[in-house]
Amino acid sequence: MQEIHASQVRPPFYRDERVLGIFSQLLVVVIVVGLGLFFYSNMITGLREKHNVAISFSFLSQAAGFDIGESLIEYSRERTYLRAFVVGLLNTFQVAFLGIIFATALGIVIGVMRLSTNFLVSRIASIYIDIFRNIPLLVLLIFWAQAVFLKLPRVAEAIILPGPIFLSNRGVAIPWGIPTDSWGAFLLVLAAGVLLGAVISYFLREQGKRTGRMPLITLWFLVTVAAVGLVGWIVLPQPMTLDQPFLEGFNTQGGKILSQQFMALLSGLIIYTAAFIAEVVRAGIQSVSKGQREAATSLGLNPAQTLRLIIFPQALRVIIPPLTSQYLNLTKNSSLAIAIGYPDLFAVAGNTILNQTGREIEMFTMIMGTYLSLSLLTSFLMNIYNRRIRLVER
Amino acid sequence: MKGMRKLKKAGMILSMVVGMIIAACMSPAAGPEVVESDEAAAPAMQEVQSTLSIVQERGKLVCIGNAQLPGFGFLDSEGNFSGFDVDYCRAIAAAIFGDANALEVRPATAKERFTILSSGEGDVIIRNTTWTMSRDTDLGMNFGPTTFYDGQGLMVRKESGVATLQDLQGASVCVVTGTTTELNLADQFAAAGVDYEAVVFEDFDQSFTAYDEGRCDAVTTDKSSLVSRQTTLTVPADHVIINVTLSKEPLGPAVRHGDDQWFDIVNWVVYATMLAEEHGISSQNVDSFMDSNDPNIRKLLGLEGDFCAKIGLSNAGCFVDVIKQLGNYAEIYDRNLGPDTVFDLPRGLNSLYTDGGILYAPPIR
Repeated sequence: MQEIHASQVRPPFYRDERVLGIFSQLLVVVIVVGLGLFFYSNMITGLREKHNVAISFSFLSQAAGFDIGESLIEYSRERTYLRAFVVGLLNTFQVAFLGIIFATALGIVIGVMRLSTNFLVSRIASIYIDIFRNIPLLVLLIFWAQAVFLKLPRVAEAIILPGPIFLSNRGVAIPWGIPTDSWGAFLLVLAAGVLLGAVISYFLREQGKRTGRMPLITLWFLVTVAAVGLVGWIVLPQPMTLDQPFLEGFNTQGGKILSQQFMALLSGLIIYTAAFIAEVVRAGIQSVSKGQREAATSLGLNPAQTLRLIIFPQALRVIIPPLTSQYLNLTKNSSLAIAIGYPDLFAVAGNTILNQTGREIEMFTMIMGTYLSLSLLTSFLMNIYNRRIRLVER
Repeated sequence: MKGMRKLKKAGMILSMVVGMIIAACMSPAAGPEVVESDEAAAPAMQEVQSTLSIVQERGKLVCIGNAQLPGFGFLDSEGNFSGFDVDYCRAIAAAIFGDANALEVRPATAKERFTILSSGEGDVIIRNTTWTMSRDTDLGMNFGPTTFYDGQGLMVRKESGVATLQDLQGASVCVVTGTTTELNLADQFAAAGVDYEAVVFEDFDQSFTAYDEGRCDAVTTDKSSLVSRQTTLTVPADHVIINVTLSKEPLGPAVRHGDDQWFDIVNWVVYATMLAEEHGISSQNVDSFMDSNDPNIRKLLGLEGDFCAKIGLSNAGCFVDVIKQLGNYAEIYDRNLGPDTVFDLPRGLNSLYTDGGILYAPPIR
């Protein structure tokens, strides 16, 4: 204590810890920035001397010249490299989005199964987790692509399921709706239904607060939306027609084709990530103290109600942060698509565009920037959700 | 307490001093004006270490090759590389060291080969590489004489009855990325007005596996590779290469821009094999030509003039070593692709100009 009093007399600056602290931090910043500048200028000089090129993104507006097997937006070889890049990005986005949804659903089911008191159910879940968590994802992907989907019958002898759904080693062809002219009007009707549903739920909630008996608000909301939607579907002149796949020439035509590569990538990612999510869910559920379950039981809640109303909301707080990192992993892991021929962001940009243009630094800056933005966006959304469920606490 | 604080302070001062020293070392490079002076010094440094001297110091040639293409560059089960392209790697090694085995083949994918060469990890690419203008300019390559005139083709299943591009309407086509084939495919199919689905793989093996399993109706790459790869399919006889050529594919060795002496060595080793065939000199009979009176032959065999010295090689019989150990162009071709091999690829364009082909080597004089 006395020392602190003594230090109230300020020492000269070269012995002042505060000044020294600030100074050393500044120094570290200077060194880091200096090193960065050094490597950057080294790269620029190297590029100029060795290859006589400068960093430039102008090639992005040139015609790409190559075709991409599957695309969510209109694309042809006359379009620009930038367009090709976006096609790859959307393909990545599609796989990541569907992958996250299915992996979460499967992961929760398996995580809950793992905790089941039924011996068989919990064994099955733990065997699943142990197997798929311990196989490298790349191996799993190539297994799905080459040993499962590529071994399906050829397209001429495709397995035809009712629908019709064509299963072949080209992929899965499913019937798909095609919007007609009245589709926009139908969407408007549906929006009106959602609005009406919201109004009804509001009044139901108010009534619930008054009477102390909460009606099934979500159910009423869904019923309202469905009813309004159904009326719109009947009244309007067919807002959507069903396009069914059929076999013609080399391939199936019509409908929607989920290619073999897409299916392999998606299944691989879902199965692999679900194993991790299951463990996250299990840890979350086990983190809720036993007393909560006992209290719920003594209040007369059945096991399903206990899980849904008591355990899960509390477990979510523990689950969300590691779940977010699993989502990020899934998104980043989707770049392994290159191994099985699915045209995702990395395959299109890091392979084909890079090879055609030879612009390594520009392309990799763009690719890394894009994956970084995707990841930051995912964690941003998950953080919002995390904050919302944390507010519920007390 | 007091001692601890002193220690902490001493540590801080020490780290400051170290930091300053590092900063002092780094700062000249960070300033743009000093970079300019570095620039002046750099080319002089490069001049000293020519590719030839690097190779000679190392004691072996590092050749960027293919490990997956039987007949051209293939890694066999005993770990040896063999093939047409590999033989040209060996020829260069023979010219430099007098020993065709002073060679390391560095297998590379289509995509990474140019980066490996530019970064100096290899000395020359001989890996069924197509000579194109953008590779010649943008990628900073110099292409040696074409060793194999090829064209991109399509292989389909016989039962499909496909004979022309138009027959492939709506088909799936397997293609390998990192090559010019992807662009040629898009161009030619667009020109023919044919819709197709491109299934792009990073790897030759995968592309052909997918085709073999029926994922694709056709597979496309250089015709020579199709012939070579057909032998590896489950039932080779079920497949046929259709009579459509999508592109010109002159394949040959490539070196880095900026080392002309090294470029000359690669060029003249290739020409020497063609000249040897032209003069009827082979690995079997080369010794009998040692007393030849033909000045063209005498120059090729290093009996007259100092042509090997002109490309920086001290061994006056540099081309004799090539011919003795590898043979002339016809021998290299026949050994790897000729009638006695499974490929039985007709010479076609790859005959000497005197036999109706377009191989025409400039004279040594």
